Amino acid sequence: MYGGGNTFEAQQMGGVENEDPIKLAEFEARIARGEKIEPNDWMPALYRKQLIRMIEQHAHSEIIGALPEGTWITRAPGFKRKLALMAKVQDEVGHAQLLYSAAETLGKPREKMIDDLLSGKSKYSNIFNYPTFTWADSCFISWLVDAGAIVNQLANSKGSYGPYCRALERICAEESFHLKYGHHCVIHMATGTPRQRKMMQEALNRWWGPMMHFFGPPDKASVHTEILVKWKVKMATNDECRQQFLDMYVPKIWELGLNIPDPNLKKNPETGEWEYTEPDWEEFKRVINGDGPCNAERLAVRRVAEERGAWVRKALLKPEAAYTTPLA
Amino acid sequence: MDNLALKELLYKMADDQLILGHRNSEWTGMGPILEEDIAFSSMAQDKVGQSQQLYILLNQLGEAEPDTVAFMRNAEQFHNCQLVELPNGEYDFSLIRHFLFDHAEWLRFEALSNSSYEPLAQLARKYKGEIKYHLIHANTWIKQLGNANEETLARLKQSLHELAPYALGIFEPSPYETQLISEGIFIGEEALKARWIESVNAILAQTALGAFNWSASNAILGGRQGKHSKHLQPLLDEMSEVFKMDPTADW
Ligand SMILES: [Fe+2]
Ligand SMILES: [Fe+2]
Repeated sequence: MYGGGNTFEAQQMGGVENEDPIKLAEFEARIARGEKIEPNDWMPALYRKQLIRMIEQHAHSEIIGALPEGTWITRAPGFKRKLALMAKVQDEVGHAQLLYSAAETLGKPREKMIDDLLSGKSKYSNIFNYPTFTWADSCFISWLVDAGAIVNQLANSKGSYGPYCRALERICAEESFHLKYGHHCVIHMATGTPRQRKMMQEALNRWWGPMMHFFGPPDKASVHTEILVKWKVKMATNDECRQQFLDMYVPKIWELGLNIPDPNLKKNPETGEWEYTEPDWEEFKRVINGDGPCNAERLAVRRVAEERGAWVRKALLKPEAAYTTPLA
Repeated sequence: MDNLALKELLYKMADDQLILGHRNSEWTGMGPILEEDIAFSSMAQDKVGQSQQLYILLNQLGEAEPDTVAFMRNAEQFHNCQLVELPNGEYDFSLIRHFLFDHAEWLRFEALSNSSYEPLAQLARKYKGEIKYHLIHANTWIKQLGNANEETLARLKQSLHELAPYALGIFEPSPYETQLISEGIFIGEEALKARWIESVNAILAQTALGAFNWSASNAILGGRQGKHSKHLQPLLDEMSEVFKMDPTADW
């Protein structure tokens, strides 16, 4: 899972002036022709750096995203849900694996990426810093957060870096199953007993704000990214993704008789654009900078997993330290 | 054929699979490397799926629906061995448990492939193919870590000693052993245990751990009769937390 929230940090511009102008022109011409850039091809340092940052944050979002839903695997009601949720969260971990290896092709080892996640240097999708209080929260994530991720990932899969695009194509195929599963869960909740309906509505109330944050701040407030657009690193703006999401899913949510907690949400028949109340962008900034309800907990869980597993990884990394039976 | 004997056999197998599958799934997001999160989740899905099929067989023999059986019983009504209900602990603990249990499971299904109760024989042939991969996974890791360094060896040794009495509890005899054997349903726990010792020791002997002296361990019994450690009821409470909010609701 992934959102535009990652693009919030100021871009480190500059650096292109030091590139060989002939190679740079060739590189840009290839991208303009729709060719994919492969790991051993020449690329500007800035392109490499931005892609590492983006793919790495996407990978982190997948493993951290496995946590809020993962806590519901052991509580999923009934065999059907239990089996489906296990498979779904397993897919997310698999996405992380695919993405870390895509980022590794650019020269940053997985271990270093995970270190940067734990130290807070590298971010992940902001939405996973919110808690899943009930089963309905996990249903919301499986349907709508995954839906948002698909909007974003489909756009990025048309980008210029070959290994990332191919990983995203595989990921999107799996995400479409997640979407079906999540939608199915929400339908059962929203059309179920009064208690189930209430749980689902409350989850929607809790998650609507973070969901609107998911695609990142409005374009007018975002840092300029022309060069990343030209290099096909950034494929759609935050607002484009948000509009697409609203267009696809608001009618489906309303269809289920759920109320979206925004009285101003409506599609303008003239512009064809959705109008909505701006979510609290101050809260977004606070949370992305570490002060959300679950930032500390998510990283702590990840850190414990890393520390507890260190001896296993060490044993795999050092075959030369093979055990020899002592003579006495 | 007396259904009581058959049901007892099916219940203990299904409960083992469900509870260990549940424990395996707790590794999701917590594994020492991503590949192990994924592997343990695969095994969890196989085991929980297999337990569901076994509960369906039980349902066909007149027992309640699989969801009701799995999500509504108390610990005393579960027939799993205590080995599978213990908390995951560190990776070495989960790995040794997985190794010991899956060898037994594979051999059990291999034996049941020839069961005179055809519906079970059919399932067993199918599961054997799935569990084969669990076995390859366990053996690969045991050989790797069992020959790696002082720390991995010390950890595996410690977990093996801790889990050995529980593992022997897998083979707690059923009150229906003679009937199951004479009717050709199952080879019986004693015969299974003998094959299992040979099978796990063949792998352990390829590591610095060496073959294990099983006769020096005393089996921890009781699980098959509903006697459990303090860990099973909290696991079941967690598993059924949502389901029990309204067992008649469609989730
Ligand atoms: Fe994903
Ligand atoms: Fe997903």
